[in-house]
Amino acid sequence: MKVTKRGILGLGSIAIASAFVLTGCQAATDDGGDAPAGGKLTVWVDAERVDALKGAAEAYTDKTGVEVELVSKDNATIKDDFIQQVPTGEGPDITMGAHDWLGELTTNGVVAPLELGDSAADYLDVAIQAATYDGTVYMLPYAVENIALLRNADLVPEAATSFDDMIAKGQAAGLTQPFVVEQGAEGNPYHLYPFQTAFGAPVFGTDASGSYDPSDLQLGNEGGFAFADWLSGQGKNGTGVFNTDIDGAIAKQAFLDGTAAFWLTGPWNVGSAVDAGINVAVDPIPSPTGEAAQPFAGVKGFFLSAESENKVAATDFLVNYLGSEDVQLELYKSGNILPALSAAAETASSDPIIAGFSAVGADAVAMPAIPAMGSVWQYWGVAQAAIINGEDPHATWEKLAADVAAAIG
Amino acid sequence: MAQTSTASRPARAVAPPSPGTVRSLLVKIVLLGIVDAISLYAVFMLVLQDNWVVAIVVVAVSALVNWIYLSRRFLPAKYLTPGLIFLAVFQVFVLLYTGYVGFTNYGTGHNGTRDQAVNSLLASSLQRVEDSPSYPVTVVDRFGELGLLVTDPEGDAFVGTADEPLSRVPDAEFDGGRAVAAPGWTSLTFQDVIARTAEITALAVPYSDDPNDGALRTPDGSNAYRYLSTLEYDASAGTMTNTQTGVVYSDIGTGAFVADSGEELRPGWQITVGFDNFVRAFTESSIRGPLVYVTIWTFVFAIASVALCFGLGLLLAITFQNARMRGVKYYRLLLILPYAFPAFLSILVWNGMMNESFGFINQVLFGGASIPWLSDPNLAKVSAILVNVWLGFPYMFLICTGALQAIPEELTEAATMDGARGWGVFRQIKLPLLLSTTAPVLIASFAFNFNNFNLVYLLNNGGPRDTTTSLPVGHTDLLISMVYKVAFTGQNRDYGLASAFSIIIFLIVAGIAVISFSRTKALEEIQR
Repeated sequence: MKVTKRGILGLGSIAIASAFVLTGCQAATDDGGDAPAGGKLTVWVDAERVDALKGAAEAYTDKTGVEVELVSKDNATIKDDFIQQVPTGEGPDITMGAHDWLGELTTNGVVAPLELGDSAADYLDVAIQAATYDGTVYMLPYAVENIALLRNADLVPEAATSFDDMIAKGQAAGLTQPFVVEQGAEGNPYHLYPFQTAFGAPVFGTDASGSYDPSDLQLGNEGGFAFADWLSGQGKNGTGVFNTDIDGAIAKQAFLDGTAAFWLTGPWNVGSAVDAGINVAVDPIPSPTGEAAQPFAGVKGFFLSAESENKVAATDFLVNYLGSEDVQLELYKSGNILPALSAAAETASSDPIIAGFSAVGADAVAMPAIPAMGSVWQYWGVAQAAIINGEDPHATWEKLAADVAAAIG
Repeated sequence: MAQTSTASRPARAVAPPSPGTVRSLLVKIVLLGIVDAISLYAVFMLVLQDNWVVAIVVVAVSALVNWIYLSRRFLPAKYLTPGLIFLAVFQVFVLLYTGYVGFTNYGTGHNGTRDQAVNSLLASSLQRVEDSPSYPVTVVDRFGELGLLVTDPEGDAFVGTADEPLSRVPDAEFDGGRAVAAPGWTSLTFQDVIARTAEITALAVPYSDDPNDGALRTPDGSNAYRYLSTLEYDASAGTMTNTQTGVVYSDIGTGAFVADSGEELRPGWQITVGFDNFVRAFTESSIRGPLVYVTIWTFVFAIASVALCFGLGLLLAITFQNARMRGVKYYRLLLILPYAFPAFLSILVWNGMMNESFGFINQVLFGGASIPWLSDPNLAKVSAILVNVWLGFPYMFLICTGALQAIPEELTEAATMDGARGWGVFRQIKLPLLLSTTAPVLIASFAFNFNNFNLVYLLNNGGPRDTTTSLPVGHTDLLISMVYKVAFTGQNRDYGLASAFSIIIFLIVAGIAVISFSRTKALEEIQR
């Protein structure tokens, strides 16, 4: 018994000693690996754009000695991960994101304000408007995205001048469903918004500073009812132009097959249309009223974590490096969307597709990021889908306005 | 041989262990060493992050593991320990954490701690003074006290600290229009600035003696801007005051600063709210309504799915047992197909086929009729059950075929001898035997369908939407997909309420399982 016990003790001590050595080595290499300045920025980037940022990250490390670690994240989970991890101290210093997250991020207190200083004037107006929340800028914008009308130029050689003209041109080309737009059982107000604005019914009014004012709900104004009537006339019991059975996949297939000549969609779908051999032209969105049909603009950018311990370096990296023309052009190349920096946007507009989207984007309005918008989305699409499917437009729209107003409180 | 082994037993205490024992001991020690090394490393990192609780748990668990494996006793524990540890990490911890969240207000706007909320509110309440210029700055240091060396738009240099407002520095050194050094102050390099980020972020240099002129802050160490703060925090009273309107927001125990008018400042913070979430689930009418009908539908869905799948599977199994059936092999192959395809794909295909205007079913089978398979509340429920039966009956068919084959033919023969007919034999002899063997499968299948998130989410996303409630619930939503929608969709998440729902679901499913299993036991007793 005695011998065995001592043997075990001896072996055990060897094990523990080796454990110490192992961990010791680990700790030692950790200390040695840190940048001399002791600074390190962690940046969450969506997987498609990691490569575009590598150059900027390395240049920054070379100049300042601050190490920049780019972490590739799935775009679908970045927001939730950020909101949940920042309060635990595990989150990144900077994350890539979209401006309409802003309401949620600020309500949860996970983003820090960002001072763009004088460089704010170098960005497109809509980008700065989108990055601003409650009078404070929270985001460094890098791209502006909006929907526009794709046209199959082989089927219809000339751009449509109005909504009715578009349908007429398509029918003249022998198509039964000339125009498709993504809907679905719960509607898709994002894609219908340009038509709604053409009737003079934005969701919210704006206050003096140009920010959306949640207390000024414009959804239920006269224009809203006019839009509802029009929508009903183009729905199931009318011309049938809008159909909730057409989802994204069906709309895409119709355009790619050439059974539809017009497709209201965003730049993310242009690639597949071009690949399918379609002669794509990008047109302004044809208005049903003669007033401008303004789509929503979505602005992408970078947010600074409220719990970042490297705010100075992070701010410097964002404003002075990611806000430079070269980096914005790099990002544009990886995603094919319009850069937010005016100078870079001009360069990118030499591409006719980008120029087309950018021309439509000139009329675009930033999608509201205020938390009240969550209450709007909740009822908006369902109500539009009901109208398209033949519900009474007036009553449905009235209920929508009342529901939203009640939810905002 | 027997003699040697009995003889060696008492000798082992004195003699050195045999080579085999030493080898196994070595393997054991090496494995333990690896475990210890990993946990030691983990403790190291945890302590560095000030995560003491978890570190202590890790130390305790690894001590326990060492004790169990180094000792000669506790043989059962040696087998059970790894499983128990995984059970604790992946099941018990998750359960407890869900339980904990169910008693908090964790969700949108109540995401972090009180300190974080205060810091975030103060940071976002800073407003840049209108039309104020940006000032090039150099961060400077005097005996550990930080200051800002500011160049104003006229090109004059000023210096100030957190306590002293800006004052002119006549003999500053300039580089390209920016003051870079002042006598008596050490200029910080960018590396120094980064190393002292926390101090610099907090540094606010008053612009003048008048607080309404604001204070200079530098977000990036090279440019400063003039800010006014609209919120003031009183740490002793625990209140926030809006300096422009004078409204006082105080902490009244709801996890946020609230004004007398009821207006809340966001973000708030996480607090424990006791049974509030459970009470809300049952009393708030906008939640209770959906909760009740979703629960009823969940039961209908689960029972109907199990009953129909089992019925159809059993029917087919009996049919195929009939000796007069020809080509059974090929039929079986066909029947197994729905089970062999990935359910994910099948459900998405069904979703496409059930599309009202473009779907295969309406276009081809019903000659262009527009039957609202997925958009009519009642028909959508039928569709969901239909698709689920299509997905589930092959499994039941397999189970029943196996169970039927296990019932000895003699029983049927004996019953026939006693004068029983086909249906009687089946109902009185085969079915009870079949039920007692398949009961556990049926209970498991019920529990699975009770939480059949995939089907509901992929087929129709719980739709069509119920427009009468404020929750984003649809007519085919099961409890589990309702929980998902409450917790993870839209801009207002409520993890606390969702966790409370999960606990309720767990109690329901567990209760049903316990009752059913005790019934099954009774069934077995009868047979004996």
